[in-house]
Formats: sequence, structure tokens, C-alpha cells
Amino acid sequence: MSLKQKDLVSIADLSTDEISLILDTAEKIKQDPASVSSVLSGKIMASCFFEPSTRTRLSFEAAMQRCGGSVIGFSEARNTSSAKGETLSDSIKVISPYVDAIVLRHPKEGSARLAAEYSQKAIINAGDGSNRHPTQTLLDLFTIRECQDKLDSLHVALIGDLKYGRTCHSLVEALARFGARLYFVSPESLAMPQTICDKLKLAGAKFSFHRDLSEIVDRVDILYMTRIQKERFGGGEVQGDLSGCMLNAEKLKNAKPSMRVMHPLPRVDEISTDVDKTDHAYYFQQAENGLYVRQAILKLLLGA
Amino acid sequence: MNKTLSVQAIKNGTVIDHIPAGQGVKILRLLDLYSNKTRVFVGLNLEGKKQQKDLIKMEDTYLSDAEIQQIAIFAKDATINYIKNFEVDGKSKVDVPTSIKEIFSCPNSNCITRSESVVSEFKVHQVGKSIALQCKYCEKSFDHEDLESKL
Repeated sequence: MSLKQKDLVSIADLSTDEISLILDTAEKIKQDPASVSSVLSGKIMASCFFEPSTRTRLSFEAAMQRCGGSVIGFSEARNTSSAKGETLSDSIKVISPYVDAIVLRHPKEGSARLAAEYSQKAIINAGDGSNRHPTQTLLDLFTIRECQDKLDSLHVALIGDLKYGRTCHSLVEALARFGARLYFVSPESLAMPQTICDKLKLAGAKFSFHRDLSEIVDRVDILYMTRIQKERFGGGEVQGDLSGCMLNAEKLKNAKPSMRVMHPLPRVDEISTDVDKTDHAYYFQQAENGLYVRQAILKLLLGA
Repeated sequence: MNKTLSVQAIKNGTVIDHIPAGQGVKILRLLDLYSNKTRVFVGLNLEGKKQQKDLIKMEDTYLSDAEIQQIAIFAKDATINYIKNFEVDGKSKVDVPTSIKEIFSCPNSNCITRSESVVSEFKVHQVGKSIALQCKYCEKSFDHEDLESKL
């Protein structure tokens, strides 16, 4: 199996075996980072961020450099030809001959799929509007497998903004492949969209809806917390009671010892800092894992 | 209106029958039957066996496989009757396509296809009795009512 020059636009484009290959490769890199320190020597990655990002951009650029490759690119659209009115397809046609892979973040949904049609080189979707963010999903799967020693048949709760949080949508579709039992905890106004629930039903996944994480905290293996994206409400207040989506150390007293708390970060106030000191906190390890997973993706897509 | 007479009223051509009431006008627009020179007879809100239906008769006009698939988006139970010398020469049911290109624009205002020159493409899924169209690019799903104003 080879992922050489394959585009990574959506997690749905990957077979389960391909997902496992990426996770296995990331695990080897985490165990022995020096083994890949020059594996991408002579390769160039374009880091094309048409909208701001901190951790995704930095972790991709660090991943490329830690594999011995180099990086060109931009971190906002303002100083690019896009600001002069150039189409994305023209930008990609211009950039792709310069480099070996393009990491793309763009505010428009479907931009990565379009870019993949025009690029001679692999396109890696680093977030297209509110649509997909497959490398986040892969690092989430890697982290879940790492802390639970398996991916199959886990009980996973997703808490908070399940309506707008793109990480949640891709993650639940991926977890459904591994037979996860899913629990959705949110106010009604931020519930998991019906279209995602329809896909889960078709995949045979079992899931249920809850208002307070206390209802499920004693039976899950993973609590996947998310930030309430207040910017999506146009300055208005979020409708509904959010108290059931807030976590502190006290609420963890009935959790299984092996249960781990994850969060794609940045957090605001949904996880109290007293959770950081518990054995359940795993979100900073999760952020670190982003580096190894992105190293694995670059290594595999560039055929090294 | 007598169903048999309505089918026999054209000498040669095609009759699209069993269109759910309200969808006939959309199919006329879909097939661009307003602007060409085809003689078209339309029956709206006719009595059907189970419910009201629309019916379209096109003289000396025959549909391509692609056009028949497009009709299925609006009328998945429609019947296509082929007319020869006032007689029904053959019948076929429409097939819901697995994908549909060019016909609709994506209703999602933040979809990349709204700002770039792209041939639109939707995957077609049957969810129970309804049909959902998923944009190839933004991956959002819509039903045909969402797409109506884009025709």
C-alpha cells in the first residue's frame, strides 16, 4: 500500500488500512524521531494559509523541518495574489510546480477538493471553512489509540459545539468505522447536525443525545471536549444552558481510571484548569501528537 | 382529463407521466422546454390513482439518458412513455442517478464553487423516500427543494 502523491482532502478518502498505516508510521516516528530527521531532505512543502492558524500551521512547518525538508508559503491571504483577485485554481496551478506538496487552509468550503483537481502535487487539507480538517481527525485517532491501546469498540462522548465544530463531524464518521458507541452532549441549539446523524445511521453506529456530561462520564473511555465557537453567533448569545458542557475536576470523580479528556484546543472556559492536574487530562499530549502525525503524513505522501 | 386521451394526443414524441403535483413546472425549466421550438402540452394537478400528478407531453422530442436521470431528482416515480403514431410504443421508469453534473449550483454561499468557475457536481443519495444531493466540493447535503431557486 502506498500513499505517494495521494491527496488528503477528507478522512472519507482514506481506507481503514490507509488510516492504520498513517497511525503506525506516526507511532514509529514518536518512538524514534531521529529516524526521520533527514527523510525529506531536498523536498519543499508549500504552507498556503489563506486564513490565520497557529497550531496547525506551526505543527505542519515543524513536521516538515523535523523531517529535513524546507518550507515556503504565507500565513494570510492579504499579501498574496488572491488579494488581487486571483482565483484559487490559478494560484494552485502556479504554486504546485515549485514544491512537492501543498498544505492548504482556506475559508471556502470545498477549496481543498478544488485545489486537488488543479495541483500536480499532493494537496493536504489543513481546514476548508467549516467543512473538513482531516489531519486533526488523524491526530485525534492516533491519540485515542495511544491512550486506550485500541481503536475498536470504544465509548466516546463529544461535548459542546457539535453543530459548528468541524473536528467533531469528521471524528465521529471515522470512529463509526471502528465500531465506537457515541454520546453527543450539547444544548439543543448546538446539536450534531441531522445530515451527520443520517450518515452515522447508514454506517450502523450507535449514538445518543444528552444535555449534561454527568449523565455519561462514568461509562465512557474518551471525553472529547470542544470550544463553543461564539464567533459563529454574530455577537449574539448562545441559546441554551451550557453548564452541562463545562468540565471541572469534581465532575470527573466517577470516571473510569483509564478515561482520558481530549480537546482540539484552544480552550476557553469549558475545561477548568484543575482538570490539568488529573490523570485524565490528555489534551496537551494530543496537541504534541499533531507533530508526529503530520510528519507521518508528509513522509508517506512524499513517498519517503 | 382522460389519461388515455392525454397520452394519445400527440402523434410522435414523449410523455412524462406520474410527476408529483408541483414538480412539473420545475421539470419544464430543467429540460429548457420554455425556450426551444418543441410543442409541449402540460397537465397540472391532474387526478392520479393515489394522488394528484403533473404530466408533460413533448411532440417529436425524445429524452437522453442524462435528461431522464435529471427528471428522477424531482420525480423518482415518473414514467416515460414513448409515443409512435398516437400509440404507446414503450415505457420506462426513471432511474435515480448516482451523481449529477452541471445542472444545479450549490446553495451553500460559502462553497468554493460559488466563487470559482467550476462544473458543479452532486452525489445523489436516497434517504428513505426522499433524495439528498451532496455537493462534491463542500460536502453539504441538500434536498431538491433547496435547489429549486437555482434552476
